[in-house]
Amino acid sequence: MTPPTAQDTSAGELPLQQLDRVVIRFAGDSGDGMQVTGNQFTRTSALFGNDLATLPDFPAEIRAPVGTRPGVSGFQLQFSSSDIHTPGDQPDVLVAMNPAALMVNVNALKKGGIVIVNTDAFKATDLKKAKCDTNPLEDGTLDGFRVIEVGINSRVSEALADSPLSNKDKQRCKNFYTLGLMYWVYSRPLEPTLEWLEEKFKGKDDLIAANQTALKAGYNAGDIRELFQGQYEVPKATLQSGTYRNVMGNQALAIGLVAGAKLAGLKPVYCSYPITPASSVLEFLAGYKNHGVVTIQSEDEIAAICSAIGASFAGSLGMTGTSGPGMALKGEAMGLAISTELPLVIVDVQRAGPSTGMPTKVEQSDLLSSIFGRNGDAPMPVVAISKPSDAFELTIDACRIAVQYMTPVILLSDNFIANGAEPWSLPDLDSLEPFPVEFTAEKGEDFQSFGRDEKLARPWVKPGTPGMEFRIGGLEKAPSSNISYDPDNHQAMTDIRHQKVRNVADSIPTPEVDGADSGDLLVLGWGSTVGILRQAVDNARAKGQSVSRIHLTHVWPLPHGLDEIFSRFKSVIVPEMNVAQMTYLLRGELPDHDYIPFNKVTGQPFLVAEVEAEIKRVLDERAGA
Amino acid sequence: MTDIAQPALTKKDFASDQEVRWCPGCGDYAILNALQKHMAESGADPAKTVFVSGIGCSSRFPYYMNTYGFHTIHGRAPAVATGVKVANPDLDVWIVTGDGDSLSIGGNHLAHILRRNLDVNILMFNNEIYGLTKGQYSPTSPVGTKKKSTPMGSVDRPFEPAQFAVGSQATFVARTIDQDMKHMSKILKAAAAHKGTSFIEILQNCVIFNKDFYATTVEKKVRPDRTVDLTAGEPMIYGADRDKGLRFNGFTVERCAAEEADVWHPDTPSHAPTVLIAGMRDDPEMPVPVGILRAVEAPVYETGVNAQVEDAIATKGAGDLKELVYDGEIWTVD
Repeated sequence: MTPPTAQDTSAGELPLQQLDRVVIRFAGDSGDGMQVTGNQFTRTSALFGNDLATLPDFPAEIRAPVGTRPGVSGFQLQFSSSDIHTPGDQPDVLVAMNPAALMVNVNALKKGGIVIVNTDAFKATDLKKAKCDTNPLEDGTLDGFRVIEVGINSRVSEALADSPLSNKDKQRCKNFYTLGLMYWVYSRPLEPTLEWLEEKFKGKDDLIAANQTALKAGYNAGDIRELFQGQYEVPKATLQSGTYRNVMGNQALAIGLVAGAKLAGLKPVYCSYPITPASSVLEFLAGYKNHGVVTIQSEDEIAAICSAIGASFAGSLGMTGTSGPGMALKGEAMGLAISTELPLVIVDVQRAGPSTGMPTKVEQSDLLSSIFGRNGDAPMPVVAISKPSDAFELTIDACRIAVQYMTPVILLSDNFIANGAEPWSLPDLDSLEPFPVEFTAEKGEDFQSFGRDEKLARPWVKPGTPGMEFRIGGLEKAPSSNISYDPDNHQAMTDIRHQKVRNVADSIPTPEVDGADSGDLLVLGWGSTVGILRQAVDNARAKGQSVSRIHLTHVWPLPHGLDEIFSRFKSVIVPEMNVAQMTYLLRGELPDHDYIPFNKVTGQPFLVAEVEAEIKRVLDERAGA
Repeated sequence: MTDIAQPALTKKDFASDQEVRWCPGCGDYAILNALQKHMAESGADPAKTVFVSGIGCSSRFPYYMNTYGFHTIHGRAPAVATGVKVANPDLDVWIVTGDGDSLSIGGNHLAHILRRNLDVNILMFNNEIYGLTKGQYSPTSPVGTKKKSTPMGSVDRPFEPAQFAVGSQATFVARTIDQDMKHMSKILKAAAAHKGTSFIEILQNCVIFNKDFYATTVEKKVRPDRTVDLTAGEPMIYGADRDKGLRFNGFTVERCAAEEADVWHPDTPSHAPTVLIAGMRDDPEMPVPVGILRAVEAPVYETGVNAQVEDAIATKGAGDLKELVYDGEIWTVD
């Protein structure tokens, strides 16, 4: 059964209508504060007890010209009383602060959905900036939607008549008026945002008062029912029992880096050059200095990874973070870390490419370059985060692999995870397994700098240790660490480097199949598609289709057991936001299965409906064949 | 008892077991010799000493020192050294680089390590040529340098390393000559004592690909008349007979009689005198300046970075992972 949504009700005199889930998209100019509005709604909903997922969608330009379509900033969230995994395919409600925001987003809106428009921003000049020849409020664009017209600018001016702020500053409170309105519609408490404003603008009483007044005015406008005929309620979700907080992917990742270093017993040294959408990892870590975190904002991408390598050489846990273009720049230094076999964590928050691409849009197109994209045979483990709530755990695992196998590790995230937020069931920290590093401080009889343990990892000697002096570098070396051009040695070292990375598979679990362990179709995903694929497969199964799902978190080496799992399904669909990179990998590694690539590179996540349609298409095709 | 005297280390103790592989007659041998001697004389601890290099002939250096060593990638030694020094400020870090490694492919990192003032010593072997790739002109080669990649002569103007360094806010800049062991030892000692980044350009003879540059400037026979050794607080005098002098005249340096020479101050608030003095190299009539060209004090990067960590711990208390994970608004579902 389709869950009831906002537009399904005729509202009427019903005082309170219960809904299971709602998708709202806030859209405005990038200066309108839509990200703040969305984040506040998210936070309040999380505190209220809803399950939720968010999708911020903002322009790469900090401030594109005001009122234009490239300057539109959006924030979509789905909140619900039941378990949800995605920010929703189509919004039930669109809040459009100007014509550009309306035009960019109206096509995404669910048929019959609600549009709340700020009519004060639909003057001739506004329409011109948004390249609208006719007024979309009058030309039929909004036919089939429930349009609620609010003159937000004038209402804010009225509400703030007594405020000492300038008119310009008063207008900057528009987003809180809008938020207040939406709080009323969905029966949210005002207190969390009222308190947040006091904290945010501490010492600026006029700003606190003005924004609080705007928020309340928006709420009251709903409350006196001048705009809406009814109010909705999305009850608390029945989340699994536990302690929760709301978390964004990059923040959970940053905390995971701190935890990983702590569990290894090492000082974390994070070196990074600012790049969208990875910069906030550096910013979060710079705020964690009392946890012993050292951060360096380097002069460029290459310096960042090189300093991280230097830190690891000196016995700390070197870490660096970037996005696609930065990964390309770091390639040579990754090879150095591979050749010298030093632990290192390289975070790649993927974004749409090639080249500069679309910096604020999502893509999963760095998979093969992460696994193979370096000169020479240069193998490296690659771990892929799926969602904000597993970033912590997988980041720790990347640190573990790095120190246990003496290898650089790439940790893939993407823009959808990095800036998306969801409730995080907080882990019991006492249950985290430490993996303390033991530096080699004495030469036993057979000591060699590139000697091997059972995993093929080499010993880690910390400079400063007397009697252990050695030299390493990017030239091929003999086990003694001295330079070697011996043909047999190069063969042996190359083989060892490969086998060592393959051995990582011994330390990672075989992923579980979601659903029946055999059937017609297996949907295989990795990374941020997890929620969408889960929802799509749940829906398909509800329709009686024979579909199961598996999700990879360790994409190189591939975990053991996949061959056996795949053999129990007729076909494997591989949806990815790239042009079939995982399919390509699987066809090379596990060639005996029927893989069906399903790909999308629009800079937007898959819609659940798209995946469902593909599942149906494949099943129909197979049935017909 | 702990006062049993450890036998002092000798030069040999700083030599690794690796066979040194530079061309016969290469200036690098003399520099290696001087460094090993300096290490022994200064009482350095091999366990706490790290040589970091990039790529090029000079960058093989770490393999020949019996200390910790890291032969990294082309141009990036300053970036790697930054990580080493921030991770462990107790290590004595030396960077060995060449004119191509530091001023061409690694120019950016050189500029930034100098402005950050990391407490390391940079030895930049300048032979005005790419040696390891067999003789192409370098960013310090004069205009018109005819080599295999520039058969009609190079057209781009060279960097003057000392000007590059002070332009990047370097706090210690010196120049010495591979074949002047005594001078080099003096400079190494001063550089090691300096707190902050010491940038030492060593004019180094590439006997295979660029012998001429060396022969006409700083080779022993011509050295007294073609170089001026600048010492803080001393008049700028040179010449086999110590009869020639230098003085500032507005924004130029001019030659004068020894008794009219200006006194050299490498620690003026402005780095302008260094820029002017270093610029003499463009003029074949003027001597090549060697000695300490700049020496001032400034805060050290790794000290500041680690002090912030200590301050944060002092003010907020040592972080507990639980505070970080269970931060912000928490709710419980039963």
